Amino acid sequence: MPEGRYVGAPIKRREDARLLTGESRFVDDIRIAGTKSVAFRRSDHAHARIVSINTDAAKQSPGVVGVFTAADIEGDARPIIASSRMANYQPTPMQILAKDKVRFVGEAVVAVVAENRYLAEDAAELVEIDYEPLAPVTDAEAAARPDSPLLHDGFASNVLVEREFKRGDVVEALWRPPVKVKARFRVHRKTPLALESRVCLAEFQAAKSHMTLYTSSQVPGIIKDALVKALDIPGSHFRVVAPDVGGGFGGKTSLYPEEALVCILARKIRGAVKWCSDRSEDLLATSQAFDEIVDAEMSVDEAGRILGVTAEVIGDVGAYSIYPWTAGIEPVQVISFLPGPYRIEHYHGRVRGVATCKPPMGPYRGVGRPVATFVMERLIDMAARKLGLDALQMRLTNIVQPHEFPYKTASGMRWDKAGFVECLKDAAEAIEYAALRETQAKAHAEGRMLGIGIATFAELTGIGSRLSASPGMPINTGTETAHLSMDATGGVTARFGVTCYGQGLETALAQVVADEMGMLIEDVRIIQGDTDAVGHGVGAFASRGAVMGAGAAMLACEALKEKLVKAASALLNAPEDEISVGQGALTTRDGESALTYSELAERYYSHMGAVPLEIKNALGELSVSRMYDPEWGTTSCATHIAVVEVEREACKIKVLQYVVSDDCGQMINPLIVDGQLHGGIAQGIGAALFEELAYDDDGQHLSASLVDYVVPSASDVPRMAMRHPELEKPENLGGIRGIGENGTIGAVAAIANAVSDALAPLGIEVTEVPTTPERLFRMLDASKKEMSNI
Amino acid sequence: MAFEKRIRVTVNGRAFERSVEPRLLLSDFLRETLDLTGTHVGCEHGVCGACTLLMNGDSVRSCLTLAVQADGAEIITVEGHGKAGEFSPAQEAFHACHALQCGFCTPGMLATVVDALRKLPLDSEAEVREALAGNLCRCTGYQHIVDAVLTINTKEEGIS
Ligand code: FES
Ligand code: FES
Repeated sequence: MPEGRYVGAPIKRREDARLLTGESRFVDDIRIAGTKSVAFRRSDHAHARIVSINTDAAKQSPGVVGVFTAADIEGDARPIIASSRMANYQPTPMQILAKDKVRFVGEAVVAVVAENRYLAEDAAELVEIDYEPLAPVTDAEAAARPDSPLLHDGFASNVLVEREFKRGDVVEALWRPPVKVKARFRVHRKTPLALESRVCLAEFQAAKSHMTLYTSSQVPGIIKDALVKALDIPGSHFRVVAPDVGGGFGGKTSLYPEEALVCILARKIRGAVKWCSDRSEDLLATSQAFDEIVDAEMSVDEAGRILGVTAEVIGDVGAYSIYPWTAGIEPVQVISFLPGPYRIEHYHGRVRGVATCKPPMGPYRGVGRPVATFVMERLIDMAARKLGLDALQMRLTNIVQPHEFPYKTASGMRWDKAGFVECLKDAAEAIEYAALRETQAKAHAEGRMLGIGIATFAELTGIGSRLSASPGMPINTGTETAHLSMDATGGVTARFGVTCYGQGLETALAQVVADEMGMLIEDVRIIQGDTDAVGHGVGAFASRGAVMGAGAAMLACEALKEKLVKAASALLNAPEDEISVGQGALTTRDGESALTYSELAERYYSHMGAVPLEIKNALGELSVSRMYDPEWGTTSCATHIAVVEVEREACKIKVLQYVVSDDCGQMINPLIVDGQLHGGIAQGIGAALFEELAYDDDGQHLSASLVDYVVPSASDVPRMAMRHPELEKPENLGGIRGIGENGTIGAVAAIANAVSDALAPLGIEVTEVPTTPERLFRMLDASKKEMSNI
Repeated sequence: MAFEKRIRVTVNGRAFERSVEPRLLLSDFLRETLDLTGTHVGCEHGVCGACTLLMNGDSVRSCLTLAVQADGAEIITVEGHGKAGEFSPAQEAFHACHALQCGFCTPGMLATVVDALRKLPLDSEAEVREALAGNLCRCTGYQHIVDAVLTINTKEEGIS
């Protein structure tokens, strides 16, 4: 059997069989006898003091087991606080159930536990809450002012985080040059929207003093670490399982009050308690994304060289600083990543994350980078237009060149060598850029509004322990563990701390293990999504799964093979250095004797006396465990090019073509890589054109259903072409660059640039996304009026 | 307990007779009463399509259907398509084309696809996209699902 036959091949996924036949097991599919259901009475006020709560009628309702308010769970958990090393950071303790005050519509106030969900919801309706409304704090810009009402009593202001990055002399750079572009960019609030809403089920086995939390989470390791402390349960008696998870995209990377609550309630009623979010609760109370105002300015010289950039960001971080990421997770990364893959000497980025009466801001696919890329790429196109330069040329002029790596960005980040220029050129070639510009000119001459949009960017993936996955966050997200064990048949079970919410990592990791061990993939089993799998794990986020998982697997395979050599040495009576491992067997150098894995394992475990007992006592089980820490992160980059047509009469934007060229390093499975990109791009198209969580001035949520919150369907998404040029691999184990967020990061900017390009004859630049039909109508209408005024 | 009505349904070829509350959704009846958890619920308000199944040969949203409305009906859920090792043509195509990631939308997608293959020409990519437009998928960007549908030989029976 040749080695290396799986990594890089389009292996069909092993997850599919269960998912295609209904044999999958999502949290809501788990059956534990006697499970009770929780329903919440959530706040319908954005900001109000809770005067009184009457639960009498709810308690009398059929099937009700108990009704709980904050007072009833007082003392059941220690405070959960997202701490940070950031200066001027104001943390907010998590409210498991709202106490004294509610701070957003949808915040849970009362929990009703009943025999089933229908009965729990019936009873929750009967709860009476008397509120004293307080002044809503809904506009982040206004909330940042010193005279704004405060959301958290005793705070210095509503500004929870503040940060600044500076390089060079931006004042000089912006003052001197002949060409400047500036705009106020607005990216509206959105939600990750996994198709499976959040679900959690806690089972407390009183006789064993053991708690199991099944939760639809991307980060069972983080949840466990937090809850053992909060609930004061020994880690050995607390297990968190994330079985099949129906998408996440960042929305399932935080610890939620509901997860803490089901554990508290399970312990109280000594049984199993489940909460299954409905879609409106998901839209009301899952962590949200973006929602930034960016005042940005760029100066360029006449040749199109960028001289300086400033960005002043106001991020609406919602009511609480989310655990563990903090309120800095999204907005701070906007200014970190804004300089992008470009040579920018003078930069000043400042950000304030401001608390408002909305659900907490959390990580969402791309984190900060979709907005940073949107702003930077828009500025470049605006400058190019002003100078009469071509958009592609302007990028080629400014992008970091191959000889400049490693490159330190203006915000202090380090880009290791990646195919910035190569991907930019490759994408242009793939879409036949020059010819496309001619087609566009013809279309414009015919009165058709065709636009081409480029977005090029770089990101950091597979981050090790030298960097925090969120600025200032004290928990380590830079390590993952692989544990391998060989059974008596020679099969290998590989357990991982890194998890999966649908991306296909189970297959990808099996490919890596099978190749490294030189085995058939069918003989490898992957276990993940269970804190019992390894001593410590973290989870799936920040494009880390493939890098960290494969790295840990490679180290563990190496160690296991060393162990197998030792065992074979005893069994074959040959010195260790004369035994080689490969193709599923151990062979002596002379080729005289060999043992397949199954022969070796069977003899080692089951043949009495085959291995001297001193050796066996010292070697132990044929299992190993290794941790991988890539130390820093690995740069991943791409160029996206979109072609759109704006249908003026219908107020419609059609995405006609889409090309991506990326540097993703070694692909483990090209099918999975492309799938990740496709899905990410579709979400980016959603963010660019459709998806918006709307709140009115009183903080009422106006988009709590999928009728109001529009997600792209199959007919809104074009066919996409993916290119992965052969480029130098990065230095991490496996040579892998993360790819999970790439699609979303590039798509928002590519689409916005394409729409602006289409509308350029009317003098319209898109500065606000999503460009919904309504916004498009207004822009077209305004330009019509302007024209008629001339 | 509230007033209940007795219903008879055939699910994946098996007959069931149960007493149900009139307000019980068909999706909950399948998932909770019959323990057929392959049918997924993504929105409970008829938009996402995750709960789609085949009822009397038509694709139907089980979150918008009451269990009592299914009295006398023939239902096929995802558990009634092929099994692992003996996939139906639609399942096989989804597997070959990597048309699923988290798989949460997949049961509904399969029902929609089987129904559409019987009723619509689905010759062009645009037609396929139109046919899928009522089923949301958040993971795949639809491309591989479209590919899967285009590769299914429409002359074959949709489900085994
Ligand atoms: S759950 Fe039925 S359409 Fe969404
Ligand atoms: S595969 Fe996850 S929603 Fe479609």
